[in-house]
Amino acid sequence: MLSFDDEALVLTTLPHGENGAVVRFLSLTGGLRAGYVPGARGKAKRALIHPGNRVALHLSARAEGQLPGATLELLESRALLAFEPRAAAMLAWLAELTATATAEAVPHPRLAAALDALLTGLGAGMDATAAQAALARYELLLLAEEGFGLDLTACALGGPASDLAFVSPRSGRAVSREKSSGQPWEAQLLPLPRFLLDGGPATPADVAQALTLSAHFLRAHWLNNDLREATRNRAIGSARPTP
Amino acid sequence: MDDALQQLMALVARLPGLGPRSARRVVLQLMKNRETQLQPLLAALQRVDAALSACDICGNLDTRNPCRICTDPKRDPALLCVVADVADLWALERGRLFAGRYHVLGGMLSALDGVGPDDLSIAQLQARVAGDPPITEVVLAMNATLEGQTTAHFVAEALEGLGAKVTQLAHGVPVGGELDYLDEGTLAQALRLRRPLA
Repeated sequence: MLSFDDEALVLTTLPHGENGAVVRFLSLTGGLRAGYVPGARGKAKRALIHPGNRVALHLSARAEGQLPGATLELLESRALLAFEPRAAAMLAWLAELTATATAEAVPHPRLAAALDALLTGLGAGMDATAAQAALARYELLLLAEEGFGLDLTACALGGPASDLAFVSPRSGRAVSREKSSGQPWEAQLLPLPRFLLDGGPATPADVAQALTLSAHFLRAHWLNNDLREATRNRAIGSARPTP
Repeated sequence: MDDALQQLMALVARLPGLGPRSARRVVLQLMKNRETQLQPLLAALQRVDAALSACDICGNLDTRNPCRICTDPKRDPALLCVVADVADLWALERGRLFAGRYHVLGGMLSALDGVGPDDLSIAQLQARVAGDPPITEVVLAMNATLEGQTTAHFVAEALEGLGAKVTQLAHGVPVGGELDYLDEGTLAQALRLRRPLA
């Protein structure tokens, strides 16, 4: 008998049957969880399963390996995010990325806390640069949580840690400006914006570099289809359909 | 039981809202009323099947192409309502709520379901809005879900600079809705979009 209780963030819903849905959640302490919510698309419950909502989640199943039934209670609605273009695009990407990139039932408390904080910030009207900086940090955190983290603590070539300015596109390790200067492979390195190291403020140019950095490593694992790339582009505001 | 009947029941059971038990009841009803129900239903299905097509202009499903809505001279050609699916168009038409014409996108953006901008009729919509007759207002009638709203924002962006005013359906307290039973997302949106009474 499986029984699981936690606070969780709603990520994605897959319609099932006449009115139900299989919903994926990111539990604050228990990682990615899926559950069947009967009547989820009916009048009474459909507002509960809006992506981004923070809910009190109860999962129960008769046996391990069986899709559990889920009951939810709304703790904080994030429905308003859908009505703001930038926030909606970012929420769609965050939900898609988190639901597809994280392993099921592996605890990711840092990731859940970061996602919750980012959604709270979006709801509070965080400005575009700050939101995109937070998105880049979140993507890098997700990579780290899944075992593909960048090593930004020291120079891969033994240079000073205070001079880190690039990341190797292959190893994901930081490289100092001094050690890379004049090397034949210097142009292939990815710029490492300072705010990712010291947590300081970011300019739009810094944010663009950070998003290029996270996209490069995401591409190797999850950004391997055009639709995901398009969803991410909308989230970072670079997609503009042409007539 | 006869294979033909088994097959009929299996096909009916696959229709929305029906399961094996209700399919058996439907088939039995048709068999008992062969002349008054089965044969007229069969004739109607054959007539629709022979003539059914998606409208080349708006994407609606009809037995005429262009559809009745696109060829109706009483409708305002300067007003265009964009819906995700034919079911949404029919929902708006049930109440005869909209006096203009429609454009059916054919779905909503969803990476999870594999639906991207190229899968929707956005280019055709842009051509309609930029073309003749001139369209003064485009009403985006999308679901109040994340996918619906993401699609609406994308379409609004795609229509920028084409000269038409882009509007969206209001969101808030439903008719007959009691505040005590509304979710806080709906209430928050209703509060945000409140309007003066006097």
